[in-house]
Amino acid sequence: MSTEEHRQHVIPSSVYVGIWATLMVLTGVTVFASFIELGDWNIVLALVIATIKATLVVLFFMHLYYSSKLTKVTMIAAIFFLFLLLALSMTDYLTRGWITNPVR
Amino acid sequence: MATSDIEIAEHNLQHHFADMDQQRETSTFGMWLFLVTEIMFFGGLFCAYLVYRATYYEAFVAGSQTMNIWLGATNTAVLICSSLSMAMAVRCAQTDKRKMMVILLLITIMFGAAFLGIKGVEYHEHWVNHQFPGPNFQFEGAEAAGVNPQNVQIYFSLYWAMTGLHALHMIIGIGLVTWIVIAGARGAYSPDYYSPVENVGLYWHFVDLVWIYLFPLLYLISKKHGG
Repeated sequence: MSTEEHRQHVIPSSVYVGIWATLMVLTGVTVFASFIELGDWNIVLALVIATIKATLVVLFFMHLYYSSKLTKVTMIAAIFFLFLLLALSMTDYLTRGWITNPVR
Repeated sequence: MATSDIEIAEHNLQHHFADMDQQRETSTFGMWLFLVTEIMFFGGLFCAYLVYRATYYEAFVAGSQTMNIWLGATNTAVLICSSLSMAMAVRCAQTDKRKMMVILLLITIMFGAAFLGIKGVEYHEHWVNHQFPGPNFQFEGAEAAGVNPQNVQIYFSLYWAMTGLHALHMIIGIGLVTWIVIAGARGAYSPDYYSPVENVGLYWHFVDLVWIYLFPLLYLISKKHGG
């Protein structure tokens, strides 16, 4: 049956612990940042930190970095279609006040 | 208990796969496809959140300011720790450390239960403060914040729906990990066959991922701005 080289890539424990520590620090940073007045940039910063955290979880905890190209493309496609759902919906809701209808 | 690795692999190889590698790749890819449908499932709720947040921004700020940010932050940390123990459990399955895998999975269940307990404390607080959408909904700070309580109710509807669906996923996740613990303790997995552990791990990390976005969106809407 299978031999060692057939088995899946084993990530060193130190990588997992490093990712965990980074995620904990970023959680602290995002809580701290929410108490600082940055206006519209508060939500941008919070979402950028969340996206960094999510990327680390997907790439290393979920092994996507070491997965097949097929799996990577599938994940990128999912993110793309989620982006389409959000972006195209907002092109409707955010632009409703732009045009005033002359005929009531 | 005394089953050898080769026996476990031969016992679990389905006839329509050429070998264990192909079988593992296929089942893990199937799990990723399921997670894609989950992304779109939660995506619908995130889209609803985005639309109403853009429409009733002040009400959403007023609603989010009633959240206990420290309980939310603690829960984020608890989930990150549970993801670490889950990732290490999968690693133990890969390296044939069966006893350690069971211990790490039990730790994962413990963190998951702690998350639900803290969430329950928060839910109780919202419940007794009438912050549950329906005929008894009340929002005391509405006048002071200059917002329509009906719009704050939309925030709380989304809060309960999103965190509730997430909590349901946590409960299902704890059930799945329990199944893996029992099978793992009986020696069902080996470095050649551990797809159930790997796939339940993927599910668990995905649920963590959803919370990573729920926490800033529901708890951290500009604590000082606009309120």
